[in-house]
Amino acid sequence: MKHSPLMKWFASREGMYYLALAFLLVVLLPLVLEPFRLNMVGKYLTYAFVAIGLVMCWGKAGILSLGQGVFFGLGGYCMAMFLKLEASTPEATAIQSTPGIPDFMDWNQLTELPWFWEPFHSFSFTLLAVIGVPVLLAFVIGIAMFTRRVGGVYFAIITQAIAAVLTILIIGQQGYTGGVNGITDLQTLMGWDIRTDEARNILYFICVGMLFLCLFAARFVQNRKLGRILVAMNAQEMRVRFSGYDVAAFKIFVFCLAAAFAGIGGALFTLLVGFMSPSFIGIVASIEMVIFCALGGRLSILGAVYGALLVNAAKSGFSESFPELWPFAMGALFIGVVLAFPDGLAGLYKSYVMPLENKVFKRNKSEAVPAVSTPAAGTTDGYSPMTETYSPEKS
Amino acid sequence: MSAAKSNKGDFLLAVEGLTVSFDGFKAVDDLSFYLDPKEIRVIIGPNGAGKTTVLDLICGKTKATSGSIKFAGKELTRLKEHQIVHSGVGRKFQTPSVFEDLTVFENLEVSYPKGHTVIGALAFKRDAKVIEAVEDVAKTIFLTEALNEPAALLSHGQKQWLEIGMLLIQKPDLLMLDEPVAGMSVAERKKTAELLRVITKDHTVLVIEHDMQFVGDIADRVTVMHQGKVLSEGSIDHVKSDPKVIEVYLGH
Repeated sequence: MKHSPLMKWFASREGMYYLALAFLLVVLLPLVLEPFRLNMVGKYLTYAFVAIGLVMCWGKAGILSLGQGVFFGLGGYCMAMFLKLEASTPEATAIQSTPGIPDFMDWNQLTELPWFWEPFHSFSFTLLAVIGVPVLLAFVIGIAMFTRRVGGVYFAIITQAIAAVLTILIIGQQGYTGGVNGITDLQTLMGWDIRTDEARNILYFICVGMLFLCLFAARFVQNRKLGRILVAMNAQEMRVRFSGYDVAAFKIFVFCLAAAFAGIGGALFTLLVGFMSPSFIGIVASIEMVIFCALGGRLSILGAVYGALLVNAAKSGFSESFPELWPFAMGALFIGVVLAFPDGLAGLYKSYVMPLENKVFKRNKSEAVPAVSTPAAGTTDGYSPMTETYSPEKS
Repeated sequence: MSAAKSNKGDFLLAVEGLTVSFDGFKAVDDLSFYLDPKEIRVIIGPNGAGKTTVLDLICGKTKATSGSIKFAGKELTRLKEHQIVHSGVGRKFQTPSVFEDLTVFENLEVSYPKGHTVIGALAFKRDAKVIEAVEDVAKTIFLTEALNEPAALLSHGQKQWLEIGMLLIQKPDLLMLDEPVAGMSVAERKKTAELLRVITKDHTVLVIEHDMQFVGDIADRVTVMHQGKVLSEGSIDHVKSDPKVIEVYLGH
């Protein structure tokens, strides 16, 4: 009676994992890192949003997208457009030949704001667009591909092509998009200067908060029947179809979900870093995102967060000392993951750390340990007592 | 589910002039046959006769080039696979296709005919009714003990049963089974025959099978296919003594 289900969950092993991550991100890192480093961690975390989406889309449902940067970028650009408009007041841009429009438009001889920029004066529209635009594109791609049963490698190649197309489009349409430089010199969010250390700290915590929201959303989906259908679809698409499911609808759903996560990540990236450019959304960036997910563990949403953090931290560390070696290190990392531990860090944790945990937990006899541990039971992050487990007494 | 009644003694399944051609090769050629409600029909025939293709056509996996498939008065040829399932047609594949990463319970639960849309699958609750249905079917398919085991750990025969169970829980009017006893041990075969006898009490069943002993055990009527066409049709004894059937299939 004293313990609510929520409290019980926090005391469970899965709850502990979430608490540990929360402790790391909310307490430990802010305490030990200087503001500049903390801001970098925030930047890494924005990639974790994409990686969580990839766990759902690729790890669970088996849909490999090599173009998640597109959705990350769309979310990021939506936010950047809002911030840029705010920074381009007629007073601030008085020296331009057309004051009141973003500087790069003026340099490109535009004399008025393009129509699709207009709605981004509104912050509520921008927030909607951050999720809505990526989801809409994912929906259109999903309808076009999945109802025609395009899948596997073909789908991966097409998403990669879309990433290339979007980059080329943005670079080519310099007057509308800021071109290869991106949208830069972003200053305030509704009058609040986002460049100060204090603002960046607050944005970091907002980012962590959003990350947990997305984690819980993903966790909710994976623990519902829908999550089991995604896993089932991955291995036996035909059987799912002949069990009466419209497979395409489920694929579209999970692809849109991943796009929504990526869009949120992109918007936070823009806020934390202060600009958005095509280099963050192209083919290379998109493939890096897949590596974050693979290294963390394709099947684990928490693993994806650690994957994004570690690979990015390694990237920064490496690039600071040996910039030219990073691509090789990254390649080696990816090959290593594929060959040696295909389930990533989460897989390693499961096979080496979990048995130790089991002993400790058994001694405390606080909860039962599952008798059979399935190697690829993609339905949960390791052990999760919140998931419905069938027991005959229930009925 | 009361398709037969609404059809007033008509056929449950009427296949007429069914043809499918793959690059000019007619795998099924102007095929017609009719199934009465609650009938057990076995399709036999040599390799390449088009037996599996007929099942593929009925369940929508393959689209017909011409002809019609009427199920309980409803034309199936224009429907999508999941719509055909919802009309009451269940299909078991030749190789067992179960969800190995899920437990037996979850396999059956996923097949339970509720929550088939995206929203439905998000809102789906494992209530007493679902648990009861799963336990019921598990008993029928001899897997009560294995409910919490991942399907990957089942034997070949058990996987076949599980897949049959996944069909049963859908409560289809027509069950189509593609070689249900292939690769089974003698004991498993016997149990499967027993299982089929239970199932056939309240389902119409269309089976592809090679094992003539097994066919004789279960069939009401037998359709012999050869080169995409019906070669002979009737009781087991009738087709067994049909010289054409002996010639192309049974051997002298």
